Amino acid sequence: MTTAAFGEPIARLEDPRLLTGQGRFLDDIGHQALAAAFVRSPHAHARIVDIDVSAAVDVEGLVAVYTHEDLDGRVGEPLPLLIPHAALTHGRTAYALAKDEVNHVGEPIVMVVATDRYVAEDVCDRIVVTYDFLPPVVGIEAARSAELLVHDDVPGNVSAHLVQSRGDVEAALAGAPHVLELDLDIERSASTPLEGKGVHARWDADDASLRVYTSTQASTSVRAALAARLELPLDRVEVIAPDVGGGFGVKIVHPWPEEVVVPWAAIRLGREVKWTEDRREHFVGATHERGQLQHVEVGFDDDGRLLGLDVTVWHDNGAYTPYGIIVPIVTTTQLLGPYKPEAYRAEFFSLYTNTVTVTPYRGAGRPQGCFAMERTMDAVAAYLGLDRTVVRERNFIRPDEMPYDHGLIFQDGRPLIYDSGDYPATLEKLKKLVGWDEFEAFRAEARAAGRRVGIGIACYVEGTGVGPYEGGWVKVETDGTVVAATGLTTQGQGHKTAFAQVVASELGVPVERVQVTTGDTRRFGYAVGTFASRAAVMSGNALASAARKVRDKALRIAGEALEADPRDLEIVDGVVRVVGSPPSAPGSSIPLATVAVLANPLRYAFDREAERATQFGGPVDYSKPPVAEGDSPGLEDTGYYSPPRSTFANGMHAAIVETDPDTAEITILRYCVVHDCGRLINPRIVEGQIHGGVAQGVGGALYERMVYDDAGQLLNASFMDFLMPYATEVPVVETDHLETPSPLNPLGIKGAGEAGVIPGSAVLASAISDAEGFAITRMPISPSDLFSLRLAQESR
Amino acid sequence: MKPAGFTYHRPATVDDAVAVLAEVNPAGKVLAGGQSLVPLLSMRLAAPEHLVDINRLSSLAYVRVGDDGGSVTVGALARHADVERDAAAYAVLPLLRDTLRHVAHPTIRNRGTTVGSIAHADPSGEMTAVLALLEGTVTLRSTGGERTVAARDFFTGPMSTCADAGELVTSVTFPVPEGRTGAVWTEVARRHGDYAVCGTGVVVTLDDDLRVAGARAAYISVAPEPVVIDLTEAVAGEMVDDADWPAAGRLAAGRLDPGDDIHATAAYRSHLAEVLTTRALREAAGRASVAA
Ligand SMILES: Cc1cc2nc3c(=O)[nH]c(=O)nc-3n(C[C@H](O)[C@H](O)[C@H](O)COP(=O)(O)OP(=O)(O)OC[C@H]3O[C@@H](n4cnc5c(N)ncnc54)[C@H](O)[C@@H]3O)c2cc1C
Repeated sequence: MTTAAFGEPIARLEDPRLLTGQGRFLDDIGHQALAAAFVRSPHAHARIVDIDVSAAVDVEGLVAVYTHEDLDGRVGEPLPLLIPHAALTHGRTAYALAKDEVNHVGEPIVMVVATDRYVAEDVCDRIVVTYDFLPPVVGIEAARSAELLVHDDVPGNVSAHLVQSRGDVEAALAGAPHVLELDLDIERSASTPLEGKGVHARWDADDASLRVYTSTQASTSVRAALAARLELPLDRVEVIAPDVGGGFGVKIVHPWPEEVVVPWAAIRLGREVKWTEDRREHFVGATHERGQLQHVEVGFDDDGRLLGLDVTVWHDNGAYTPYGIIVPIVTTTQLLGPYKPEAYRAEFFSLYTNTVTVTPYRGAGRPQGCFAMERTMDAVAAYLGLDRTVVRERNFIRPDEMPYDHGLIFQDGRPLIYDSGDYPATLEKLKKLVGWDEFEAFRAEARAAGRRVGIGIACYVEGTGVGPYEGGWVKVETDGTVVAATGLTTQGQGHKTAFAQVVASELGVPVERVQVTTGDTRRFGYAVGTFASRAAVMSGNALASAARKVRDKALRIAGEALEADPRDLEIVDGVVRVVGSPPSAPGSSIPLATVAVLANPLRYAFDREAERATQFGGPVDYSKPPVAEGDSPGLEDTGYYSPPRSTFANGMHAAIVETDPDTAEITILRYCVVHDCGRLINPRIVEGQIHGGVAQGVGGALYERMVYDDAGQLLNASFMDFLMPYATEVPVVETDHLETPSPLNPLGIKGAGEAGVIPGSAVLASAISDAEGFAITRMPISPSDLFSLRLAQESR
Repeated sequence: MKPAGFTYHRPATVDDAVAVLAEVNPAGKVLAGGQSLVPLLSMRLAAPEHLVDINRLSSLAYVRVGDDGGSVTVGALARHADVERDAAAYAVLPLLRDTLRHVAHPTIRNRGTTVGSIAHADPSGEMTAVLALLEGTVTLRSTGGERTVAARDFFTGPMSTCADAGELVTSVTFPVPEGRTGAVWTEVARRHGDYAVCGTGVVVTLDDDLRVAGARAAYISVAPEPVVIDLTEAVAGEMVDDADWPAAGRLAAGRLDPGDDIHATAAYRSHLAEVLTTRALREAAGRASVAA
């Protein structure tokens, strides 16, 4: 194979289009469509007494107003609970439009459809909803104390309670020479993609079919959900994810209330209807993540080896549980990272609050788990007076212990077994990259100049590429173009480049010749979605399998045409040729395009390709059918990949920070990442994923928080006060890679999408603690917070 | 996030503008760079019936240094970026550029106007404090004529000024401090270009013996309007290197009574006021001592 596309750091093929404004996002579609807007609850907890639309009905341009009463059939039922779990004993989901009660500020109550969004908002302003206020439950402590309930029929506000353990933790702690306890706190944050949600729906009454564009991470699943809700046959529903301006997890949730009622209204009205979420709506009407309180008890020996680790997590799941309890399951299983405590027990309580619902956000519970584990490692090191890297190294799972079975059940319901990884080597690389052993000299130098600096480290292991499956379809067109499709969606990851590289490498064609379509149910109907760092592993391997089948067929047909044994043929630069033959030696090669023509015996010659193919026509055997039994016309095929279980990537981050002794400002001086996601399809894309992840990790550690007041009002529901870091706040990220292939899939790859964000809070807490000389146990941290901590420290 | 309906006016001259404002008074709102007003409209926090767009009033698009170099006057249509880049203004009053670098981001400075930020009177707006610090003036026009108001009378509270809804602010004038002076702006913001958690601009004046003759500071984000505090008493008569600048910082913090918000506690803001005042005064005194 000479077209060595796999592994090359080529520039992203989609960028010229996106960077020159040629992208087609949801709001670019359907300018003629009617616009929807929603009246949302201004209260965190209330019963709806009355909805009065009388002042609104004569607004010019109003088309329809809908409340829950109008929702017929299954549209009026509670939205689905997508991932049930035995431990989720009290799952609750919202209605598409609130029925009787609202449980968070932002819950949609009334849908208005009008000629444009301006009019729709004017109408919303005139609708008067009367409420009976109910006292809200805000914050994990209030939920835990359960003096007030979010849902009357959910005792203790507990949606789920789960305990997993391995070994006898109580005995291990009782027998341990040293025991420490930690109380930790991670605040809420959110995915906050730059493009919010949005849906456009068009009903074709003659064809009795529905086409929906939606800014989603799971178009096939939206399709299935809509068909079920709207009681339409699946083949009458098409769902397409256009260009999507970021997802980061929030757009895996489906169907959103708006995703149901906008198509429903389009059918009812027989008109195109569109809804584009605005920023304020996104803050209160989408989902959040991250909020947890944690209690850790750890027992260890004089060398810092963990003998017993007992973790309790109180997880804030917000008002509803549409996405089940994936986040706390991931926290409590992925918490272990690269370590192997002799005994482990994790318990979580998933709690309702009258705040926006929690569903996975990039990292999906791992940042919290990593925070708990890495704060613990630092605490053990501090207690024993050992170097923090030494304590970590002593607890690592060794490469020769792979595959390593933790004896727990992972989020996919399968055993938590690490497939591969070399943690000691990763640590060595990181120490070298950041200059761990030289740091004390730097600290002394800085101190002499009146500066305060600190270094931190955090390690993680990330389960990626969860099943059940993805598929891929590859076809060689008669002009030599290769078209490929996979059902999962793209939100900026560069899939169209990475997948093209996979297909190009398997087929032996230039990468520019491969055009990839994602997230369009018209092109590929079987898919799960883009989440859990799974796209490259799942669709990458599926497309590779499809491309391999196409290659085999191409070689077979070319072999017939060239009268050569297919085993003697290769495909180079889109030309099938006898291995090692010089280019264009007569009779020894045939373009793939021509093979594609031959693969489809036509009655009519209508273009130049067909004419060209006739020279290879040869004598026809009229005793046989033109398409052999069991064969199919065309040079195309489909492949699937379904993993036995997840594959585990890993990485380690180190950061050097400076804290201003006077102003308590926190500056990241250096940020280093060593990362191992198996074989790299495109190192440049992987680096980009890491950079983006680090940016979100820094955001979560130093800037972003969801500030709710006691009444359940989100006080910072705008980009003015929700402080997403700017480019000026994101450090230069220094990276190095290890490539430990996964034995679980043919390409040997592991996921990379979420990695960068996972250790953000852990590594920065570690570095700030090191600079300040006291332990940071709550993230994010602002300069004002650090100032308060200093004061508290002084007065101790 | 779509504004409520309004009537849009786009006058071509200052006379037309004030005529429209008079006609629709008090239901009119001036639209300058739109960087503060448009978000308020979109969030429906403001819903004026009439918008008077002044972007065609090219006669107000100027930055002018007074004949004697004793002041800089900025017209209502001068963008922050125009003021920031103006070489002549920088030569006589570097504080303007130094401060504008902290106002938002380049894209916003390309559009937002300095006069607009002063008319908007956000207690976190840097240029309000600079105008107050330098004891500048605001010139307003209406159909009734023109008047000029001192900064200390102009700002009447958070987002409120003595301007009437029928008045157009046509310009503001920043006097250049007299004598041997140094001026510095410093602030702490959560992110680069954000409104500050606390910010201060200071002017230090030295006498001919290089002893401190005056020290003055103005603050943002720690009071409902730009406050100016005279700190001379803490450092008067001292040589630059001997002066007790931290005492001046403490004096300032003692006079301020900031509030809590979601980004910072009142205690932290007070602490910043002290620390930043100390830093800024020391630096301004250093600049004054090398000034001509
Ligand atoms: C993301 C972001 C960050 C920002 N950060 C900062 C910051 O750190 N510091 C800072 O100071 N500012 C900041 N701003 C605001 C910016 O400086 C604005 O440009 C300024 O506040 C208003 O100027 P404008 O020309 O845009 O006024 P507009 O938005 O057009 O108007 C603002 C108000 O002033 C009134 N007005 C404007 N001009 C006149 C006039 N000539 N006569 C009478 N009334 C008038 C309007 O009626 C309106 O009420 C930020 C803005 C944004 C969007």
